[in-house]
Amino acid sequence: MSATGKVKGLIANLVMIEPEGAVRQNEICFLETAGDWLMGEVIKIEGDTIYVQIYDSTRGVRIGDKVTFTGSMLEVTLGPGMLSRKYDGLQSDLDELEGTFLQRGQRSDALDMNRNWDFKPLMKTGEEVVAGAWLGVVEENGLPHRIMAPFDLKGHARLLEMAAQGTYKVTDTIATIELENGERQPLTMINKWPSKLAMKAYKQKLRPFKLLETGIRTIDTLHPMLEGGTGFIPGPFGCGKTVLQQAIAKQAKADVVIVAACGERANEVVEIFTEFPELDDPSTGRKLIERTIIIANTSSMPVAAREASVYTAMTIGEYYRSMGLRVLLLVDSTSRWAQALREMSNRLEELPGPDAFPMDLTAVISSFYARAGYVTLNNDEQGSITFIGTVSPAGGNLKEPVTEATKKAARCFYALEQRRADSKRYPAVDPIDSYSKYLEYPEFQSYASSSVGKDWISNALEIKNVMLRGKEAADQINILGDDGVSIDFHVEFWKSEMLDFILLQQDAFDDVDMFTPIHRQAFMSSFLLDISRRNYTFNHFSEVRPFFRKLINTLKQLNYAEEGSDAYEKLLEEAKELSELNVEVSNI
Amino acid sequence: MKKQPFNIFYTEIENITKATVALRADNAGNEELALVEGRLAQVVKIRGSMVTLQVFSGTEGIANNARVEFLGTAPSLALSDKLKGRFLNAYGQPIDERPAVEGPLTEIGGPSVNPVRRKQPNTPIFTGIAGIDLNNTLVGGQKIPFFADPDQPYNEVMATVALRAKADKIILGGMGISNDDLIYFKDTFRNAGVLDKIIAFINTTQDPPVERLLIPDMVLTTAEYFAVEKQEQVLVLLTDMTLYADALSIVSNRMDQIPSKDSMPGSLYSDLARIYEKAVQFEGNGSITIIAVTTLNQGDITHAIPDNTGYITEGQLFLRKDSETGKVIIDPFRSLSRLKQLVIGKKTREDHPQIMNACIRLFADASEAKIKKENGFELTEYNNRTLAFAKSYTESLLAIDVQMDMEEMLDKAWELVGKFFQPEETGIKQAMVEKYWKD
Ligand SMILES: Nc1ncnc2c1ncn2[C@@H]1O[C@H](COP(=O)(O)OP(=O)(O)OP(=O)(O)O)[C@@H](O)[C@H]1O
Ligand SMILES: [Mg+2]
Repeated sequence: MSATGKVKGLIANLVMIEPEGAVRQNEICFLETAGDWLMGEVIKIEGDTIYVQIYDSTRGVRIGDKVTFTGSMLEVTLGPGMLSRKYDGLQSDLDELEGTFLQRGQRSDALDMNRNWDFKPLMKTGEEVVAGAWLGVVEENGLPHRIMAPFDLKGHARLLEMAAQGTYKVTDTIATIELENGERQPLTMINKWPSKLAMKAYKQKLRPFKLLETGIRTIDTLHPMLEGGTGFIPGPFGCGKTVLQQAIAKQAKADVVIVAACGERANEVVEIFTEFPELDDPSTGRKLIERTIIIANTSSMPVAAREASVYTAMTIGEYYRSMGLRVLLLVDSTSRWAQALREMSNRLEELPGPDAFPMDLTAVISSFYARAGYVTLNNDEQGSITFIGTVSPAGGNLKEPVTEATKKAARCFYALEQRRADSKRYPAVDPIDSYSKYLEYPEFQSYASSSVGKDWISNALEIKNVMLRGKEAADQINILGDDGVSIDFHVEFWKSEMLDFILLQQDAFDDVDMFTPIHRQAFMSSFLLDISRRNYTFNHFSEVRPFFRKLINTLKQLNYAEEGSDAYEKLLEEAKELSELNVEVSNI
Repeated sequence: MKKQPFNIFYTEIENITKATVALRADNAGNEELALVEGRLAQVVKIRGSMVTLQVFSGTEGIANNARVEFLGTAPSLALSDKLKGRFLNAYGQPIDERPAVEGPLTEIGGPSVNPVRRKQPNTPIFTGIAGIDLNNTLVGGQKIPFFADPDQPYNEVMATVALRAKADKIILGGMGISNDDLIYFKDTFRNAGVLDKIIAFINTTQDPPVERLLIPDMVLTTAEYFAVEKQEQVLVLLTDMTLYADALSIVSNRMDQIPSKDSMPGSLYSDLARIYEKAVQFEGNGSITIIAVTTLNQGDITHAIPDNTGYITEGQLFLRKDSETGKVIIDPFRSLSRLKQLVIGKKTREDHPQIMNACIRLFADASEAKIKKENGFELTEYNNRTLAFAKSYTESLLAIDVQMDMEEMLDKAWELVGKFFQPEETGIKQAMVEKYWKD
């Protein structure tokens, strides 16, 4: 029934095919060459020429090679057992592939077809079934993994048969439903979904309102990310995008974390493979890897599959969100995905947009970001996908198409600054240019004041203000000289330095400093803002630096100290005493 | 791969550009090699029966009735132990007046390593240069370029590093290097008595530029052979990757591709990543470490070549001349080894991360003081101390002609910091101060 075809031309991994039978846009096909089956996707149909991008090396492909179309689009296979797996961009399980090298045409199953799962039904026969309905549940790494009705189910079906509680394989039939048209459909624990389409089996999307705790002070305290929110991290190479994103992956309070390494370094995913099985998930006590899914389509892996990889990741995220879970999706780097689009668009000789990116880049990026979000499911439970992507702007210049398009789509902007990175002020998030639009959300404002901290938002704004004044003071000092300005300028500047060193800078490689719980963040920002509100008096500008340096040094040691430890109490006392010197009497 | 009968050849070329010829031919495979009038060429595009061949040495003098013969295989190399000590050209043919290397022919540019079969790199490579060992520690399996203006002694520094690193094999890929540099490399390796550890694939300035495109794959296929089959620690040297990228742009422009930034092909990132990602620590003992050179145009790292390189490699070593002291240094600001945190303080002394960062922060303070001074402002006592520190630090640690081992570097760093500053000015953890501070 499916169409076939023959190769009639190629440039790199773009292959032109003469079809026999009907072919759909975005349909998946296989090209047989020298005994290998290369997977590809139809990306353009023009007259009797089918343009296919091959997800693999096309070395040796020749005219007349046979192509078989599958009739379906690129699909993700969804079911229990995805957590802690390492997939390539097309969802082959990398651990199941043979050999040291990735042999072309090699694929493996996304799920373990032989594993037994303890299945518990959640619905009774006769009940009404809608798309994404929770038919039953199995336990996956401590999480309730809901077995759901097909996400493309139309209208209302009825549950005819339901399997009894017991052990089943993912391919066993666990329920049978009757569709509106009277057809009977048996269901297994496996769902499939075409990855380029958004999964919409939910009631409604809400505006995000809950803080997603990351333990990273410059995010939580200054530019908060919310459950179901979106953000992006642009920055020149080496400024800390990956380190920041991996810190978020380790620490964020999420149920499921999906990391898509999209066209970046293989050694960086090896770091995750090596470390995550050793590290504890702070909220469950399980190992981090147990809540994590890694999609690794690193830079030397096939470029076309790079594009697919981000959609694979998003679809898996939507699947877990439909179970009422908090999903965190991280993509490093979305620029590599955009470059993959560019390579293909150029080969297709499409009219290029700015910097030779495809004209519809902005639309593609924004509809991808739009798939994240906080939703109320059809059964009134809630789930979320928080999405944070990195952007790698060419030449570190933020005026380029991918950054600009992403800025329109994402609500949080974590700009990494070269100068901060150069002087090792990590994380190099620029406190002035960066923003979280969520600070302005009334939903978050009321949630924050009731559930996070009374002054959370006003503190964030005040810190930003101190940083801004500090920067202005520094500019004045630079223009007019140390003694060309009043001593107050030096004080302003050093107050901002104190906030920078103690709140904003955070050592991602120190066991204590890497993660600051919300209450400690709240305490520190109030403590520091209290200091910054005081009027200090000095006789000469040269006294200002040593005073603050000493205070900063003590506070820095405090950051390294375990909360409540003897060292912590001692350092805190010391900091309080230091901070009370030189204060105008009326102020104490 | 299917072999074609050798007697089939074609003599009707329809189209000739500077780097390509196009002709009607049956059954050509993508990336297959061909001989055009004896010159090596490769299939880069097929449209119906029209096949486009990229001629590596250029098409000067090719006639439209030239004889074209398809060879049935992609570019290949004879792999064996006998490669040791050999100097070869971009096609893997000898340039050292010795017979051709024997061994099973293997296609170059093979697939990449399955990420789950990689091991996390964790063996430091010491070079004796503090700008590297102390501030930007190298790790086996890493890929890192020198960023340098053309007038910097990058090939010399690279040769020094190569000789000090304890590698089983050193594989040199020369792309557009001058004859003088080739002789320099040969002499240096010979004088060090390591010629039998060396394998070199060389394309000099006298050779056609497009031939350079074969060099990295030749080098890395050889590296994979020794790292996988022989479980050896292989050090790969690639110089100069900027000239490699220039050759890429020549070809893509002739293929009518839409250039992106700086007239480079839009696929530059993927093209370079394919090469650099061959750096790997295998599960056994074998590893491939890549040290490359990317020459800059007046220090401009925003140009597409260094920019894309920086996004791919695991850091970069920035060579520059310090105007104050006249020394060539590894710039502590722009340089970075991203794998250093896997080893510093773990495979090196515990105080390494703290004292290293403190020195760099203080050096940053010094450069602010310097700007202040240049703008004609009076310097504070602290400013003056940072400047004095920076001078000593540059002369006794950053300069690439200073040689010492790791312990000495750490001790020297504590000595300098202790000489000019108080502990609370450094932000170093108290525990480290108590143990290592030198007054
Ligand atoms: N929070 C941090 N604490 C300490 N060091 C850091 C931190 N963030 C980054 N670094 C240092 O900077 C280096 C580069 O960081 P990272 O790999 O995250 O950069 P990147 O922005 O992802 O670069 P690229 O775009 O090239 O991938 C790290 O290897 C580390 O040495
Ligand atoms: Mg990165």
